[in-house]
Amino acid sequence: MDRAATAARIAEVIEPFNKNDIAIDETTSFAGDLEWDSLTVMDFVAAIEDEFDIIISMNQQAEIETYGQLIDAVTKLQG
Amino acid sequence: MNDMTPPEAAPADLFSKFDAMIETRRSLLATGVTDPFSLVMEKVLSPTTAICNGRETILLGTYNYMGMTFDPDVIAAGKQALDDYGSGTTGSRVLNGTYAGHRAVEEALKEFYAMDHAMVFSTGYQANLGIISTIAGKGDYIVLDIDSHASIWDGCKMGDAEVVPFKHNDIEAMEKRLRRIPEGAGKLVVLEGVYSMLGDIAPLKDMIRIAKSYGAMVLVDEAHSMGFIGPNGRGVAEDQGVLDDVDFVIGTFSKSVGTVGGFCVSNHPKFEIMRLVCRPYVFTASLPPSVVATAATSIRKLMHAGNKRAHLWENSRTLHKALTGLGFKLGTEEPQSAIIAVIMPDLERGAMMWEALLREGLYVNLARPPATPAGMTLLRCSLCAEHSAEQVQVIAGMFERAGKAVGII
Repeated sequence: MDRAATAARIAEVIEPFNKNDIAIDETTSFAGDLEWDSLTVMDFVAAIEDEFDIIISMNQQAEIETYGQLIDAVTKLQG
Repeated sequence: MNDMTPPEAAPADLFSKFDAMIETRRSLLATGVTDPFSLVMEKVLSPTTAICNGRETILLGTYNYMGMTFDPDVIAAGKQALDDYGSGTTGSRVLNGTYAGHRAVEEALKEFYAMDHAMVFSTGYQANLGIISTIAGKGDYIVLDIDSHASIWDGCKMGDAEVVPFKHNDIEAMEKRLRRIPEGAGKLVVLEGVYSMLGDIAPLKDMIRIAKSYGAMVLVDEAHSMGFIGPNGRGVAEDQGVLDDVDFVIGTFSKSVGTVGGFCVSNHPKFEIMRLVCRPYVFTASLPPSVVATAATSIRKLMHAGNKRAHLWENSRTLHKALTGLGFKLGTEEPQSAIIAVIMPDLERGAMMWEALLREGLYVNLARPPATPAGMTLLRCSLCAEHSAEQVQVIAGMFERAGKAVGII
């Protein structure tokens, strides 16, 4: 799946997690802008993993700070 | 030399990162409650009673499940070892820190678990830290429950493996992650028998079967089950009939055994190499001779503690039923271990309830994030085989009065 198609699917997955309807672009930060707690992060990561049938280890998660970086990582992890 | 002049810069206070916690603590103490995290036991009278703030207090938050801390045989063994071997080893297990007593306690553990190898660490924390960080290396995967103990997380962080958590006790979530791990990678599944915050147990039978079907090695932390869960007190894995499929059991001496120290038991044929490669084992001083002597004596007595075990379960069931009847919200619907977690509405009322109980003459643990799951504040009660049936009734009465005074029930 190319980056654009991946981005479109991630946008659908993130929708129910974005409870405050924050406008999300590539530079949106998960910790800073979305202010998710650790449980929300875990549930969201699990949803992304299930959607794409991939593993995003904690080590990889540590490198993902922005929405754009998540799209890059998921695109890459699909091989 | 001028370019060596340091620049003028405002000093950055490395403690700024703790400001939020300092403020939480300040505002809690400003309400006038006693600091729940600095209680001093002035005198300890027995496994179940101590003097706190000058008054006799029932202890219901010690993890001293089997009440071995004042067992006369255990005390005598410790005193004898002090006389025979001195107060400390002043050395690593692999240099001058292995005495006859260290070997003896490892023999006792091998017999207790009916396993081939036992390795004793200076604390339970170090046992998890050492074993997990050493056996799971670069390119390997650790799949673990999200509610794992801090020592398990720290073991993951210290090693180089990929760390993949799954939702608490969720068998399907665990399997999905195992299925997605690249072929050929080493896999370690880390589980606990009893999760200490809510006192719930893991469905080890199904989880271990699945973990094995994906070719994973399995490590189970049985810190909160040793001595009273399972036909021989070997823990939840034994109770569910899957101990033979567990590659590594991690345990501690600081709960049922009644002293301090940690261990790993295993049937892995190459296990002994751990003594040379596991840094938290090598680069620390070994346990004092008196500690290993008390531990060995206690472990051997726990092999034959059927009556005490039955009484501990009775206590757990009685208190669980009484607190449920009073209207408290508990961590589990049925008693699954010797831990009963009473869920508080928030930290402030949790601290008020904790203090009200202390005034009644009862000590419990106040547990709060980040130790607790889902941001909960808990009053964690751990029962002891030495609590009498009358004490348990007294405890229930204290909860009733304190709960009504604070307005929780």
